[in-house]
Amino acid sequence: MYEHDVVVVGAGGAGLRAAIAAQEAGADVAMVSKLHPVRSHTGAAEGGINAALRDADSWQDHAYDTMKGSDYLGDAPAVEALCQESPEEVIRLEHWGMPFSREDDGRVSQRPFGGLSFPRTTYAGAETGHQMLHTMYEQVVKRGITVYDEWHVMDLAVTDEDDPAERTCHGVVAYDIQSGEISGFRAENGVILATGGMGQVFDHTTNAVANTGDGVAMAYRAGVPMEDMEFIQFHPTTLPSTGVLISEGVRGEGGILYNSEGERFMFEHGYANNDGELASRDVVSRAELTEVNEGRGIEDEYVHLDMRHLGEERILDRLENILHLAEDFEGADGLTEPMPVKPGQHYAMGGIETNEFGETVIDGLYAAGECACASVHGANRLGGNALPELIVFGKRAGRHAAGEEMGEAEIETGRSGDWQPADYEFGVEVGETGGSGTAAADGGAVVTDAESVLGGAVDRAQERVDELLSRKGRNHAEIRSAVQETMTGNVNVFREEGRLEETLGDLREAREAYKDVAVSDPSRTFNTDLIHTIETRNILDLAEALTMGALAREEFRGAHWRKEHQERKDQDWLKHTLISWNDGEPELWYKPVVLEGENKTYEPKSRSY
Amino acid sequence: MSTQIPKQTEESTETEAETQPASKGEERRAEKRRRAAERREQRQEEEAEKAAADESTVELKVFRYDPQVEGKQEPRFDTFHVPFTKGMTVLDALMYARDTYDSSLTFRHSCRQAVCGSDAMFVNGGQKLACKTQISDLEEPVRVEPLPHAEVTKDLVVDMEHFYEQMEAVEPYFQTDEYPDGELEEQRQDRANREKIKMSTRCIWCGACMSSCNIAAGDNEYLGPAAINKAYRFAMDEREGEEMKQKRLEIIEQEHGVWRCQTQFSCTEVCPKDIPLTEHIQELKREAVKNNLKFW
Repeated sequence: MYEHDVVVVGAGGAGLRAAIAAQEAGADVAMVSKLHPVRSHTGAAEGGINAALRDADSWQDHAYDTMKGSDYLGDAPAVEALCQESPEEVIRLEHWGMPFSREDDGRVSQRPFGGLSFPRTTYAGAETGHQMLHTMYEQVVKRGITVYDEWHVMDLAVTDEDDPAERTCHGVVAYDIQSGEISGFRAENGVILATGGMGQVFDHTTNAVANTGDGVAMAYRAGVPMEDMEFIQFHPTTLPSTGVLISEGVRGEGGILYNSEGERFMFEHGYANNDGELASRDVVSRAELTEVNEGRGIEDEYVHLDMRHLGEERILDRLENILHLAEDFEGADGLTEPMPVKPGQHYAMGGIETNEFGETVIDGLYAAGECACASVHGANRLGGNALPELIVFGKRAGRHAAGEEMGEAEIETGRSGDWQPADYEFGVEVGETGGSGTAAADGGAVVTDAESVLGGAVDRAQERVDELLSRKGRNHAEIRSAVQETMTGNVNVFREEGRLEETLGDLREAREAYKDVAVSDPSRTFNTDLIHTIETRNILDLAEALTMGALAREEFRGAHWRKEHQERKDQDWLKHTLISWNDGEPELWYKPVVLEGENKTYEPKSRSY
Repeated sequence: MSTQIPKQTEESTETEAETQPASKGEERRAEKRRRAAERREQRQEEEAEKAAADESTVELKVFRYDPQVEGKQEPRFDTFHVPFTKGMTVLDALMYARDTYDSSLTFRHSCRQAVCGSDAMFVNGGQKLACKTQISDLEEPVRVEPLPHAEVTKDLVVDMEHFYEQMEAVEPYFQTDEYPDGELEEQRQDRANREKIKMSTRCIWCGACMSSCNIAAGDNEYLGPAAINKAYRFAMDEREGEEMKQKRLEIIEQEHGVWRCQTQFSCTEVCPKDIPLTEHIQELKREAVKNNLKFW
């Protein structure tokens, strides 16, 4: 067993920032990640970091834009924390040596991004995430923070009181990919989940193969509700054949979208008469697919993104990486021809329910970054708001977990305050398919001492691995692709009741099939077959929760579009969707959104760009 | 990894609900859609015919080894025949082989877009990132091996520890004593200086350069091109100041530092991010000489 004060799971932007903050607050920190830190998908972020750095800008304007972008489903205390603290965190990155793009006077550059009232997106070419990831990993090396890389965290060690709000997290159980060893990691003060996105729930995604939402699924099964899972961002400019991201920075610098008839459809077809290509991402994605569906797509699949008019010099200076991506992954030369683009899964607005310090309802368990839902992004995330979330909330969670006094949270977690049960009947059975396998389903007397809780979790993980390796059964890959296919087919940009129900049925079948899953590689050395099989279980739980939330939310808000419900219904739906695992019988419930900020209340307005 | 959006005609009726009410244009568009669907079907048929007529599969010969599994303890090559699709990369082909034929086939990969640096391999005798190497650019059979000059863990996975140790040996983090006064104030850096270090900051730690380097193969303590490039990134960054630059030059001048490089350019040739590694090493040599002259 390994022992530390704070254990951070995942080593992308949020995890690295959390580890640095916890260490600065005096804690002995360890990071546990299934990838080496520099392999994390933060490195693929391109566009930039929103921060109100300039005199003509203000955090209040940033907060207003973010709240509007969220379609009024962001919680004001989290949104305001993001906007207030992003500037100091960006400057801290600069002080750590991050190579930002520069203006003539030597200050860091900023550019316009979708949904922003001021050009406040700070960037390093079109490789901002890469530079940010490496800069923070450098600081982790400098500080000598312990990193257990290529250790896959399988489960949390959480006590099993009936009420999740009374449970405590004492650590994690991880599998050493290199050696096959399973070990407990005791966390004296807290565990911080920073496991990133869940794009592998879909099959056309900008996310990495490793983005299987492990942390969200683990927390869910341990009793933490998943929040607002139905809100998935589909990025309007991904390469059609691979899903590789073409940064919003292209449109920020002046790139134009055209349909097959050469029309600048964002204006000519009235999707966004003011902001055009720089409308919010959900708006642009729907516009593109509408063009394709109405016969004005190219090869009936995509539209064109043209940046040629920006000129070679400007493109090389600010968007060079885009030229490489378009060339290597689509065979298109962005200097001489328009690039083909279509919407692709990009980001999960929802995730592990937390307050503005990253605390979950389980004592000692935190979450930060894309896996968490504070909620900063509500129903739709603005471009350039993900990277500041990593550094602001990573830092907050790290400090809090290390024991720093941070005051009372405004956002409540768990079933407190004005929560309400959902009144929705799913036509299909959801949840566990017979047998247990949950983190806290031992029954009998409640075990509370840390060592026994961790020991029990290690034993269960060992049993599970031994069983998967020894039995005969089907390979996980076909189950995973069946899930991805139905999710991309039916729970995409446009959603309708019948097909969402159909998907729940497909997912039920996939769950049944998963009962017979087995790992055919018998090796204890670098057994990726085993790791992927475990991940596929996580994908199943997430896909189901996402679809349940989408089916029950009978309105059109932000990224969630419903055929039968063509308007935002503030009367009924200014509330967050929550889904509790409930030991295998998922339960849907709601809690109100917090629109009261520090000095003002954000009144929902109609959202046009 | 790509998908077509199924049921296009159904979806198109959905979207109209949002964008505009039923109109006279509706019929025209329906007709357009019908024609588009016909075209699509025709194209699919043509493609299927073409695939059948062409050499439609690609042959991969993949290195296999597992220290624990009987039959794999002696390294061998397995052959896989993978259906070729336009735009297919070596990584796509490996994933297909794994998911379809043999789930124990093992390789690192994550982002699929040449930024995580996980999947450097030895493809037809050269260090390549599997995700950005097109099958159509390679001669068949495509021979895929783990990176040379590194210990093989299993199949195409090598032990990266030594590489990481060398990277971390050059104090790979920004250091300065002079920050601006205001807490919210950035250090100034002129565009030319940012441009100077830009290529060096592109490194994704894939290890291709180290694997290609003859010197590193013979001298295990040699810092290697990637670590020296990391040192270059900081030594040339004017934000660090002159004093730090002295220290940086001392680090790279050590016995197993820049002077070992024999400018064979193999690292520069294999770098998937086009970093001029050899030039950077040469420039550091010149800086070191200049620096030493200064103290005479």
